Amino acid sequence: MVEVASFRIERVEILRADGTLAAPLPAWAEDGAELVRLYRAMVLTRVYDTKSVNLQRTGRLGTVASSLGQEAVAVGTAAAMRPEDVFLPSFREQGAMLWRGVRIEELLTFWGGDERGSNWSGPREDFPICVPVGTHAPHAAGVATAFKLRREPRVAVCVLGDGATSKGDVYEAWNLAGVWRLPMVTVVNDNQWAISVPRSAQTAAATLAQKAIACGMPGIQVDGNDVIAVREVVGRAIERARSGEGPALVEALTYRLADHTTADDARRYRDDAEVSARWKEEPVARLRNFLVARGLWDKEREERLLAECTREVDRAVEAYLARPPAPATDMIDHVFAELPPAMAAQRASILRRAAERAERRSEPRGGRP
Amino acid sequence: MPTPILMPALSPTMTEGNLARWLKKVGDRIKPGEPIAEIETDKATMEVEAVEEGVLAEILVAEGTEGVKVNTPIALLRGEDEAAAPAPATAPRPAAPTPSTAAPAAPQVLRPVAHEPEIPAGVQMRKLTVREALRDAMAEEMRRDPDVFLMGEEVGQYQGAYKVSQGLLDEFGPERVIDTPITEYGFTGLGVGAAMAGLKPIVEFMTWNFAMQAIDHIINSAAKTLYMSGGQMGCPIVFRGPNGAAARVAAQHSQEYSSWYAHCPGLKVVAPWSAADAKGLLKAAIRDPNPVVFLENEVLYGQSFEVPVLDDFVLPIGRAKIVRPGRDLTITAFSIMVGRALQAAEQLAAAGIEAEVIDLRTLRPLDVETVVASVKRTNRLLSVEEGWPVCGIGAELAALMMEHAFDWLDAPVVRVTGKDVPMPYAANLERMAVPQVEDVVAAARALVGRA
Repeated sequence: MVEVASFRIERVEILRADGTLAAPLPAWAEDGAELVRLYRAMVLTRVYDTKSVNLQRTGRLGTVASSLGQEAVAVGTAAAMRPEDVFLPSFREQGAMLWRGVRIEELLTFWGGDERGSNWSGPREDFPICVPVGTHAPHAAGVATAFKLRREPRVAVCVLGDGATSKGDVYEAWNLAGVWRLPMVTVVNDNQWAISVPRSAQTAAATLAQKAIACGMPGIQVDGNDVIAVREVVGRAIERARSGEGPALVEALTYRLADHTTADDARRYRDDAEVSARWKEEPVARLRNFLVARGLWDKEREERLLAECTREVDRAVEAYLARPPAPATDMIDHVFAELPPAMAAQRASILRRAAERAERRSEPRGGRP
Repeated sequence: MPTPILMPALSPTMTEGNLARWLKKVGDRIKPGEPIAEIETDKATMEVEAVEEGVLAEILVAEGTEGVKVNTPIALLRGEDEAAAPAPATAPRPAAPTPSTAAPAAPQVLRPVAHEPEIPAGVQMRKLTVREALRDAMAEEMRRDPDVFLMGEEVGQYQGAYKVSQGLLDEFGPERVIDTPITEYGFTGLGVGAAMAGLKPIVEFMTWNFAMQAIDHIINSAAKTLYMSGGQMGCPIVFRGPNGAAARVAAQHSQEYSSWYAHCPGLKVVAPWSAADAKGLLKAAIRDPNPVVFLENEVLYGQSFEVPVLDDFVLPIGRAKIVRPGRDLTITAFSIMVGRALQAAEQLAAAGIEAEVIDLRTLRPLDVETVVASVKRTNRLLSVEEGWPVCGIGAELAALMMEHAFDWLDAPVVRVTGKDVPMPYAANLERMAVPQVEDVVAAARALVGRA
């Protein structure tokens, strides 16, 4: 027998679940202010998630997907990117989107069922939230192709879930990225559950990271509940891609502490005991313990931050709730880049109907049979 | 009596080829299976093998001859005992049936109407095949705009599975003429991502049949993202390739997708017939800020048409064209069916029935005005399409006539469509499954009450 190939998959762990160090800190993480920034972003994400679930439960928001317990994956990934890189999120990356400049009000507008929420003021080249599973992976390869053809030192970064790694177009995207050495980094939010299907039923592969090997790119695991490790590992992959060395896959091991979305009840298919055990590993308390131990954080600062984040979210909620509904013509105006003559009549009739309805509403009660 | 050796077809759609080289000379003894000559087309070079034993009696087509039609006798083979005899005055009929569904090899005699508002008067015209016109359109747009690039299976080194990208790799290099792995789902999604990042990709499908792997990205990603991003992110991309039946490639490789894509808001769908339209509309498609589905036809690739010699010939997407005026009925068609509709119109004219033939050219947005205006003159509509009838383009036209021309109709709208079955593999059945000229003639005669 001749061995023609072999591989090993590494896992990077820096902060232990109790907040003590398992490995030396990367140089950038010696800057306490930077760690506090990461902490603040995770707390803001959690406050936003909690609020958005409440809004859904009270009928003021559509279905939402909380990122409870996975904040470090999104925040760590975004923190590793440069502003000029392009981010392609799935529907659980609010932490990253907020970091990159999407506003809370815009996120709420989107989840409230309004396309205007995706026309955000922040990173204009970032992609809208990809709700179909994994279809943004080939898009990321396309963005990376554009960077490569235009010789721009930029990287396309996409985040998808463990379930998405079973999809054909995700594999096809990785294969293309590998063979064309595209500046593309995929972060797999391996939160162990694709709605009710556990990671063990998703693939017989020992890791998801090893799927990269078949595409000719490195795959690595990282503790996805450790924002320092995520930022470090994703950052290395991004800078490697930027320097022309090709794509990479980072499998961030984490856990979905909440339901899949507000339309799901996870208690029907997984044990409370499993979830309770996983709460001990969650990323926010872990970093807080570390910050406290380093003297960078205390109760007073924690309370101030919570109040600040709550205020920020509440202000955004007010603005979201006060936002007038989308004009009727929004339904027509973005189907094509220009209005085709055949749709002009449809647009006119929609406007007419909307005007009639408005007129009826403004009439006094009983004014018309 | 000597047996003629005929120019073989290398593929079901080949109509002619070049006789590159004779490997035997007159008087040589030939065994069955022995190569006797090399022939080439724009796609391949192959050897002609002897089927029977004998002596090469006469070479009828000299080596180096170009454009030898399929089934032309190229040599005579004499049995060993036979005395040399004069060649028959006329070539015997070929033994093997020619593929019957392919468009006739004879050049189209039908010409566009004299008044062609899109082409300025006095412009010089040049004969081009549809294949060349498509290639020229891509090359011109790639010269004009560095953001335009072509990708797909076999588009580079091999110059396209149907040789549409001939010469593009040489001129533009491998960064802009990109051979992909066999990964329709992947490269379609990648093209969409590149378009959203500001490039203008042309994605070639080897045939539209394979685009079924990728339809998620054509519809869910390309057609909907501008809408779903509230107008933030558009997708200027062209998906192109041969659509519909070619010849003898069976059910999975013969499907006609016009109504599939025309159904979807956010897409523009173009299906040209002539080389001039293929060129002008492909250039427009590449410049269009929206995703455009560009449906070509393998049988049309080799057909020649007059194309205006203009530096920048761009046609508007969304306009049909009256390719033959008439007063008795309106016939709509698109892609390869335009040729059949025009042939039918010739036959109908001989019987005193003047059909107006409209080439729809664009299926979304459909040029309803041109069709309605015509029907208001002729009061009868016959829709011809190669695809299936259910929810087809003809079904849409029938509904549109009820909405816009009901009071002008003297008879119900009639559809001539492909049979409502998967495409048969057998040649005789395949011919029956696809609308033929005689089907159009019969339907038209019935429609005007002169069956």
